[in-house]
Amino acid sequence: MISKFEIIETNKMIQESKLDVRTITMGINLMDCADSDIDKFNEKVYNKITTCAKDLVKVGNELEKQFGIPIVNKRISVTPIAIAAAGCKTDSYVSVAQTLDRAAKDVGVNFIGGFSALVQKGCTRSDEILINSIPEALKVTERVCSSVNVGTTRNGINMDAVKRMGEIIKEAAELTKENDSLGCAKLVVFCNAVEDNPFMAGAFHGVGEKDCVINVGVSGPGVVKRALEESKGKDFETVCETIKRTAFKITRVGQLVAQEASKRLGVPFGIIDLSLAPTPEVGDSIAEIFEQLGLEKAGAPGTTAALALLNDNVKKGGVMASSYVGGLSGAFIPVSEDHGMIEAAEIGALTLEKLEAMTCVCSVGLDMIAIPGDTPAETISGIIADESAIGMINSKTTAVRIIPVIGKGVGETAHFGGLLGYAPIMPVNKYSCKDFIDRGGRIPAPIHSFKN
Amino acid sequence: MNSIITVLGHDKVGIIAGVCNYLAESNINILDISQTILQGYFNMIMIVDMKGANKGFDAVADDLEKLGDKIGVSIRIQNEDIFNSMHRI
Repeated sequence: MISKFEIIETNKMIQESKLDVRTITMGINLMDCADSDIDKFNEKVYNKITTCAKDLVKVGNELEKQFGIPIVNKRISVTPIAIAAAGCKTDSYVSVAQTLDRAAKDVGVNFIGGFSALVQKGCTRSDEILINSIPEALKVTERVCSSVNVGTTRNGINMDAVKRMGEIIKEAAELTKENDSLGCAKLVVFCNAVEDNPFMAGAFHGVGEKDCVINVGVSGPGVVKRALEESKGKDFETVCETIKRTAFKITRVGQLVAQEASKRLGVPFGIIDLSLAPTPEVGDSIAEIFEQLGLEKAGAPGTTAALALLNDNVKKGGVMASSYVGGLSGAFIPVSEDHGMIEAAEIGALTLEKLEAMTCVCSVGLDMIAIPGDTPAETISGIIADESAIGMINSKTTAVRIIPVIGKGVGETAHFGGLLGYAPIMPVNKYSCKDFIDRGGRIPAPIHSFKN
Repeated sequence: MNSIITVLGHDKVGIIAGVCNYLAESNINILDISQTILQGYFNMIMIVDMKGANKGFDAVADDLEKLGDKIGVSIRIQNEDIFNSMHRI
């Protein structure tokens, strides 16, 4: 029988260390909605989403009550719209984004991902329509998230798409400038995007997936930090063992919730994403873990090593706790969503260059970073190219979710609200990369991609 | 299905009586109780069997929360599986 101490430990994790299940995300295939008439396509999309996900929020709330653990978000990911809508005779997919937004609101989920295109090797006509629709779509919708994959280890980097995405990010920023360019907070540019990621803004339902699946993202930076408090002054072996043990326990809860959700919804279980995802709340921060490990501030020398060991041991501990692990799995380092990272950026301890180094060893990339609104589009493309190169060469997912806040400069703060938090505007290297970005074409796949 | 009830709060007369009376009324069987007072703080953990319960889990959870508010302690009920999952392989 379960012991009193175990019960107390679990409840302390939930009540004091903010352990939660970060998201239950239902992946829905939209390929069977194809129609040459965009109005009919939209109708089919709306019907399919609202049918598949009609009980998603209800079941999420039930599980929350039964297990006494918060399930923070219930979300939906769909087949990349550039693929699902490719048969439509149209020159804009903004109405599709509006349909997704309406469906999300009607089933009660806070985000829906999949206004996406996969263009690592080249753009189809449909990919171009989607990419051109992104700024307007992000302006007129509230819950739709968009992503574009511009590179893979297998295919290299599509530099034409990298260039275009710099411009698109600027356009989206301009169109949503009344809200500190919020549109860009819902747009991710990926290299090596994964098909089963439950986390926003980069979630989409891959083409190799079943018709409908449940993916669950666990979290718990607060629990890891609390556990590490007890290993103060101990060596790295102790630190790594502590992280592994904690990650195991956190993941077991995610596995339980995923299996129960899958059973009650009658939808197959896909994967658990073993991620440490911070929120702006105190005690739910990756930066606080760095401080606990002995760094004065996030960004101090040693931060990359600390993140590497954290990321690796979260995976080692979590993998055995779940039957299927997938998604992004690792530590997230979004600046605006982590109060410790925000503070570190404000005092100059954490710079864009240091964050770039950190993305070599964590699960994603440059995430939720506010930069001056007058940053040129080609500079943003240069940042995307650098991140994509890190992803391509190291066979890992990297991403850029960067917000050029129109009308604001270094020293000011952008406010996005809710889980998206707020961020100080960080300085960007002022030297130009225009001629480099203007070359166009593709960077070929790296030598180590030829594994056959 | 077994569930775990945890009660936390300042010690006073009638906490156990209040919870046990409610469980009896709801036809919920108590399998195990452990209770301690730490520096005036009341801490009780009960394992209960809800098979014969005359109301659903959500209703019991709501009732217990209200009862807790009335007595002035915090009462939570959780499905035992969350503890088993976390601490048993």
